[in-house]
Amino acid sequence: MAGVKLERVNKRFGSTRVIDDVSMAIGDGEFVVFVGPSGCGKSTLLRLIAGLESITNGDLLIDEQRVNNLTPQERGIGMVFQSYALYPHMSVYQNIAFGLKLAKTDKQTVDERVRQTARILQLDGLLERLPKALSGGQRQRVAIGRAMAREPKILLFDEPLSNLDAALRVQTRNEIAGLHKRLGSTMIYVTHDQVEAMTLADRIVVLNAGHVEQIGTPQELYERPASRFVAGFIGSPRMNFIHVEARTGNDRGCRINVPGVGERDLPQQLPADAVGERLELGVRPEHLHLTPAAQGEGVEVVNVEYLGSEAYLYLQMADGELLVCRTEAPSRFERGERVTLDFDADKVHLFDGEGRALPVADAARRSDRHSEQAPT
Amino acid sequence: MATRQQAATSDVAADMTDRAFLQQQADSPRRERGTRVRRRRVRAAWLFLAPMLVVLAAVAGWPLVRTFWFSMTDASLSSLEGGQFIGLENYLVYDNGWYGIMADPMWWQSVWNTLYFTLVSVSLEAVLGVIVALVLNAHFRGRTLVRAAMLIPWAIPTVVSAKIWAWMLNDQFGIINHMLLGLGLIDAPLSWTADASLSMWAVIIVDVWKATPFVALLVLAALQMLPSDCYEAAKVDGIHPVRVFFRVTLPLIMPALLVAIIFRALDALRVFDVIYVLTSNAASTMTMSIYARQQLVEFQDVGYGSAASTLLFMIIALITVVYLYIGRRQLGGGS
Amino acid sequence: MTLRTLKGIVLKIGFWLLVAVLMVYAIFPFYYALVTSLKPSSELFQVSYWVDSVDFSNYATVLSQPTFLAAIRNSVIVAVSVVLIALLLGLTAAWALGRVRFRGRTTVMMIVLGVSMFPQVAVLSGLFEVIRTLDLYNSPGGLILSYTIFTLPFTVWILTTFMRQLPDELEEAAIVDGASPWVTLTKVFMPLLWPAMATTGLLAFIAAWNEFLFALTFTLTDSQRTVPVAIALISGGSQYELPWGPIMAASVIVTVPLVVLVVIFQRRIVSGLTAGAVKG
Ligand SMILES: Nc1ncnc2c1ncn2[C@@H]1O[C@H](COP(=O)(O)OP(=O)(O)OP(=O)(O)O)[C@@H](O)[C@H]1O
Ligand SMILES: [Mg+2]
Repeated sequence: MAGVKLERVNKRFGSTRVIDDVSMAIGDGEFVVFVGPSGCGKSTLLRLIAGLESITNGDLLIDEQRVNNLTPQERGIGMVFQSYALYPHMSVYQNIAFGLKLAKTDKQTVDERVRQTARILQLDGLLERLPKALSGGQRQRVAIGRAMAREPKILLFDEPLSNLDAALRVQTRNEIAGLHKRLGSTMIYVTHDQVEAMTLADRIVVLNAGHVEQIGTPQELYERPASRFVAGFIGSPRMNFIHVEARTGNDRGCRINVPGVGERDLPQQLPADAVGERLELGVRPEHLHLTPAAQGEGVEVVNVEYLGSEAYLYLQMADGELLVCRTEAPSRFERGERVTLDFDADKVHLFDGEGRALPVADAARRSDRHSEQAPT
Repeated sequence: MATRQQAATSDVAADMTDRAFLQQQADSPRRERGTRVRRRRVRAAWLFLAPMLVVLAAVAGWPLVRTFWFSMTDASLSSLEGGQFIGLENYLVYDNGWYGIMADPMWWQSVWNTLYFTLVSVSLEAVLGVIVALVLNAHFRGRTLVRAAMLIPWAIPTVVSAKIWAWMLNDQFGIINHMLLGLGLIDAPLSWTADASLSMWAVIIVDVWKATPFVALLVLAALQMLPSDCYEAAKVDGIHPVRVFFRVTLPLIMPALLVAIIFRALDALRVFDVIYVLTSNAASTMTMSIYARQQLVEFQDVGYGSAASTLLFMIIALITVVYLYIGRRQLGGGS
Repeated sequence: MTLRTLKGIVLKIGFWLLVAVLMVYAIFPFYYALVTSLKPSSELFQVSYWVDSVDFSNYATVLSQPTFLAAIRNSVIVAVSVVLIALLLGLTAAWALGRVRFRGRTTVMMIVLGVSMFPQVAVLSGLFEVIRTLDLYNSPGGLILSYTIFTLPFTVWILTTFMRQLPDELEEAAIVDGASPWVTLTKVFMPLLWPAMATTGLLAFIAAWNEFLFALTFTLTDSQRTVPVAIALISGGSQYELPWGPIMAASVIVTVPLVVLVVIFQRRIVSGLTAGAVKG
């Protein structure tokens, strides 16, 4: 059972704190993806788990055992590097066998493992080639093969697909997903590509400036982002943010005033003393509804992007903000037309001044609220 | 001398990359502390350095200390251990008149000779080296061949090149005299190596011939790194090529040229074999190294010879320190 | 023909003239040694620019001298041993200096740099004592030991430069595979550093082959001399009648291997000499 547990892990380089009190528990056989903007510390966190960097503070446990002081090999880690880092002078076979031989595995086992690995990764015909005689995708597979040949408990990937072209990336992504199913080993995967994160992950860890913003399944992150940061980071096109003002609020819901839309009731709980504060409303592009508006009313469609299966409409708000709306293609509206905005109150998000998402009142309370508030 | 040149060249080169490397390091620092891996690596690093450090201590550190010590004794070659401590008497002592190296006109003559040799030969090598580098940098057919030819003087052992030139400069049968006579430049054969007024020039001729390729190669490396766009700009502006050289090229290759010059100068200051072979211990070409070795080996006076060695070491160390200091300053403020 | 094309032609002729002069300047002395060595001693004292009839008697003279053959053997033993030792010690030191960041690293680099600037004369008496203590006086062992003073520093420097150019992730991959520093160095880095080692080894070989001062001072008998000393000490009946023919023949014999090596590996050597100064 190879679960990984981080307990208040910190990493400082000199005086700069790169990883800040990160805690998480990764289950055995889970596929976890770290995402976050460039420089947020994804690679550093991965290298801490690998044992290539030392943990300044906190504990790292693998299989319930503290491994802070173990070497990567003792931790039972395999790692796939961004640049592949294949040994250029060794054949594919030797590359895959290198770690096994160092572990003093007997010759026959080495051979079996290498061939088995090669079969899984479809490298059978390439075993005698040198890395320089391989395509990018093949090199990538050799790198994966080398990492998994020793049957490590945990496989780590640092942006393994970033050197591949788009088509190959999709294909290799699928292969990695298949590999995870097949091997069932714990995998931790770093990327800044949210499509990779969403498609591969059992759970995603969103990192921001060295701390964890949110951990959850792709669906949780998409539907219930814990913060404005996560909401903005996950989803493409990006979530729209509109400054709004709270009119009323209690533990059953709230009423806000949306510029250009009017007053709306939302299921988010809002402490009464927060009424009057400026909040941010988050609406996904697909949750905006447009209806034609008369000349001089509503907002203007400033651009229409046609993508075949769908279209993106860009709307210019009064305060200059640009909103994106995802609609069916071809779009019913054209550039220059004016539209009235609306949204599904059940599907929007509300963020307080610090960017935290306001919690949604549970369904029972909500119906309660409706009966109470409807007349006013 | 060739040996020292090579050592010098590689230092230069390595020094240059070191700078580039430090620069790169500053951009993406990778400093770890504390992991098992890390500690193991540091331990391994010292373990891996140990043999080299032991050897360097045995052949450089300890002998240097012993040389300093000998310079304050009256040891002789036959009884190294029997030397008595005599303070600084080898350097200078008053005993009804001044004695010691500092009072030896021959020493001062050899200091002067060394400086003169260094100044003249290194200047010539710098000028010639730049010219050769410019030629090698031009695109023409047979460039590789010419470059290979330029390496030949560098590859020939100093002793051999000194012998070859000694033969070519031979007063009676030498081809140089033959040529000069044929061209009508001289009326009678010159005795290059024996004539006190000419022998220094004979040494310089050989040294320049041998060392110019070294300077040329370093300058050539710098030339090949020059950005071509500033040349194109100059071309577009219609600036005369000679002006371009002095205004654009020379300032850009100056760092490499300076490095080459300094290393050549360090070599020239310790020159030994070319002079030993060409003119032996003649006073007119006596340099500090020749002087020190003569005292040490031929006169068996280890104390006195060590004192001369020590002084030579001091002079070179001073120049080295100044160079390192300037180099560091450039490193700090250059980028 | 316009003035412009005329000027172009003149410039072109001037350039090729310059190339020709440089070629002659660089090659002529060695060529002349070759010419001299192939002349019979009777013609030695008539200056001529080429050989009319090839005569190998000078070579026969030199090669029949046991001391010269011994000198060649000594030079080979010394140079090869020095190269091997310098590469072995240099490679491990270069790994430490090039790939590990530790306290004292800069100091070690400065020491290495400092040693390479040593005037050899400065350690002559001290080294003489060391060599006598180790009972290596008048033997190749003494020369091998003393030559590390100049071969080791530049070997370390060049190899460190090349070592640093290897990607970090390669070493990390090896660490993850469970390789110790020694295994990383020998199994992963060394095969990649062959070109650099060949270059460095070649430079060290040339340096050791050509060394004179130590060889002159630390050997005593003809049978222990190296080639440069042997050539320097060839003498005739008196100082005024040096046997120039055999001297030139000996010079050619010891130089030809070097010249061939240099011409074959010129690219290598240039890159080694300017390692890092040129990109790529
Ligand atoms: N060895 C180091 N010394 C000092 N700072 C470092 C070191 N390694 C990384 N950092 C800093 O730590 C921060 C996080 O780096 P890291 O490489 O983990 O980012 P990342 O999330 O992987 O980014 P990217 O998506 O660009 O790969 C960066 O600001 C980086 O500059
Ligand atoms: Mg990264």
